Amino acid sequence: MTEQTKNFLDGVRAEIPLLIGVFPFGMIYGALALNAGLSIAAAQLMSSIVFAGSAQFITTQLVRESAPGLIIVLTIAVVNLRHMLYSASLAPYLTSLSTRWKALLSYLLTDEAYAPTVIHYEKEGVTPYSHWFLLGAGLALWCTWQVSTALGIFLGTAIPEEWSLDFALPLTFIAMVVPVLKDRPAIAAALSAGIVALAAYSLPYKLGLILAALVGIASGTLLEGRKSQKGIL
Amino acid sequence: MNIWLVLFLGGLITFGMRFSLIYLFGRFEVPETMRKALHYVPPAVLSAIIFPELFIRDDVLNLSLGNYRMMAGLVAILVAWFSRNTLITILAGMVALFLLQFFL
Repeated sequence: MTEQTKNFLDGVRAEIPLLIGVFPFGMIYGALALNAGLSIAAAQLMSSIVFAGSAQFITTQLVRESAPGLIIVLTIAVVNLRHMLYSASLAPYLTSLSTRWKALLSYLLTDEAYAPTVIHYEKEGVTPYSHWFLLGAGLALWCTWQVSTALGIFLGTAIPEEWSLDFALPLTFIAMVVPVLKDRPAIAAALSAGIVALAAYSLPYKLGLILAALVGIASGTLLEGRKSQKGIL
Repeated sequence: MNIWLVLFLGGLITFGMRFSLIYLFGRFEVPETMRKALHYVPPAVLSAIIFPELFIRDDVLNLSLGNYRMMAGLVAILVAWFSRNTLITILAGMVALFLLQFFL
């Protein structure tokens, strides 16, 4: 097996648990989009043109309410702001790539592709073919999202809600974040972000998530700064 | 505005934000503080996603023992801490949630 294939398959494998949670979401999206009055083509292609779960749900809602197009575009922009954080976070690992690779991987950069990839890169560092990991994770998610959207459009939400398959998503994130909590700054970042996320939950457009992430990042950085200053003295 | 134009612009902006820093990084000197800060993006973002999933039910904060997702999530956190294994963590959380839902 070549190094490319190996990294690619590792990415696919790391993505699998997230796919269990993503699949029902894709079906719900497909069913809701059709129900909101979008054409089959628009409902399906939104999953590849925008390719961002929460933005697609909110767009569907706004189409249902006949909101003006400009408002929908602006809302998508705000809801997806957090992707700039992901972009910044993965950037140091992708600097050596061609612009074409950077563009392809950026297109695939969702919450669910970002999480396993950044955890993998922090552990394993950069190797000549490590970008294939993100490609594997991203493509696995992309295919699942397209297929589950289609199934939702044509079959409706066939998976019973009581199965709670969506719970696999936060559980996978838990499995990823806990091993990262190795020192006090990291724990402080996680706890402060979590608490702010609860306090700011009612803010619209996922702004609570961005605010929480920024507070968490600031807490971790400040605490680390204080620690290293003490080291010098 | 035509729905296709909306989707096209929405997709373009989304791609632009995902591409922005991946593209710019390396073309400019990145301050040391920012490099340090980036290290805390994963724990901060992941927790900001996880906490509401566990502690908010039906749009309100629910810290009662009857919040099964919180209980199952806490089980998963403990299992993750000791096992450091993704699959075991997810299974433990799912099984905990099923047991709570069906037997309580």
